[in-house]
Amino acid sequence: MTALSSLIRRDIRIALRVGGGALIGVLFFLTVVVLMPFAIGPDLNLLARLGPAILWLGALLASLLTLDRLFMADLDDGSLDLILMSRTPLEFACAAKALAHWLAAGVPLVAATPVLGLLLNLDASATAAVALTLLVGTPALTFTGMIGAALAVTLQRGGLLLAVLVLPLSIPVLIFGVAASNAAVVEQGTMSFSTPFSILCAISLASLVIGPFAAAASLRHGMD
Amino acid sequence: MTLTELANPTRFLSLATRLLPWLAVATAVLLAIGLYQSALAPDDYQQGATVKIMFIHVPNAWLAMFVWGVMSVASLGTLVWRHPLADVAAKTAAPIGAAFTFLALVTGSLWGRPMWGTYWEWDARLTSVLILFLMYLGLIALWRAVEDPSRAARAAAVLTLVGAINIPIIKFSVDWWNTLHQPASVIRMGGSTLDKSFLTPLLVMAVAFSLLFITLHLAAMRNEILRRRLRTLQMLQASRPAALP
Repeated sequence: MTALSSLIRRDIRIALRVGGGALIGVLFFLTVVVLMPFAIGPDLNLLARLGPAILWLGALLASLLTLDRLFMADLDDGSLDLILMSRTPLEFACAAKALAHWLAAGVPLVAATPVLGLLLNLDASATAAVALTLLVGTPALTFTGMIGAALAVTLQRGGLLLAVLVLPLSIPVLIFGVAASNAAVVEQGTMSFSTPFSILCAISLASLVIGPFAAAASLRHGMD
Repeated sequence: MTLTELANPTRFLSLATRLLPWLAVATAVLLAIGLYQSALAPDDYQQGATVKIMFIHVPNAWLAMFVWGVMSVASLGTLVWRHPLADVAAKTAAPIGAAFTFLALVTGSLWGRPMWGTYWEWDARLTSVLILFLMYLGLIALWRAVEDPSRAARAAAVLTLVGAINIPIIKFSVDWWNTLHQPASVIRMGGSTLDKSFLTPLLVMAVAFSLLFITLHLAAMRNEILRRRLRTLQMLQASRPAALP
């Protein structure tokens, strides 16, 4: 257990200290959300209606950006070989790295949501709903993105291919996250908040299991 | 010949070369019968003659999903049983499956225009088939991104198995969501709801398309084995010391 906890602490420390870590993700999130009104126009009502979708898309792209660092940095300095050779099961090591990545990169995105909600003219309940769905959905994004990051280690030239591989797997998270956020804002009567929210929780929990197994399989077979 | 005996590429090549002419003839015959029966099928009382797109659209859609299933089994063969030809099977099936998916989307879109009034609709089934198409393209890109085929095989095997979750989603999407696409009428609990005059040509076309896939797949596997032999020979030649002038 101490091996895993030290792995988590190491990853968080690196992500917070080294440039290009957690804060760059938040900065990219901010940039994307700021770009949207330039493209859509300053109509506040339209922005409020599109707000949850814009925030979710920004969070998705920001988490995608920070994902390829998940294994590549360790591959470059040799610590990935050490992790592969150690006694802790590789699945746990992958899960620990993904947990650290979520704590360092995903949670700051959720923390930035209220400020960005102001920019998009979202009221308090809408912002709270988006923040809650992001809190539940960003683990799913991190853990499924980890599969793509592990595949990118095989490529060593990942880049855009990583995004192409990860995005189709992230689409269900996006769909249910935005559906839950919208359901909390507009009382449509056809769908409550709890239905898409519970499915979002289910997807996150499933990815907590599937992600590490798939990532460990990719790493084991891809490194030689 | 069992699968283990077919692990020998030379034996597989000889079997494939013997089988391919027969498979090609069988495919052509069944396609001809299917198309003839489709042409003779009655017009639908609502859709008129446009309903006959179904005889091409539905087999394409079935094959699109079936090919991902074939690739998933091949991926298991690569990861679990280390079958030597499993990665050849997976690599060559991907472009064929992508083509079937693309044709399903296009024929469905052409059918949707007169029927629904739109070429495209973001409902559950169309969206999930579009995602399947994107995953096929991503898989093909992954195959091409790694130089060594056997390393690419293992990465692609993991991605194929992860993406296999989409197949039940496509199948049940018309049940789980309110969709514009019509619900299941052939493979469903309680049997098919299609009349025999439509069901028979449809099943004949489905078998014909399956034979088409098997024919193309075996031919592509043969090409891929020969391509890898060529690559090995080229690498051997490149590593030989240069001839003295």
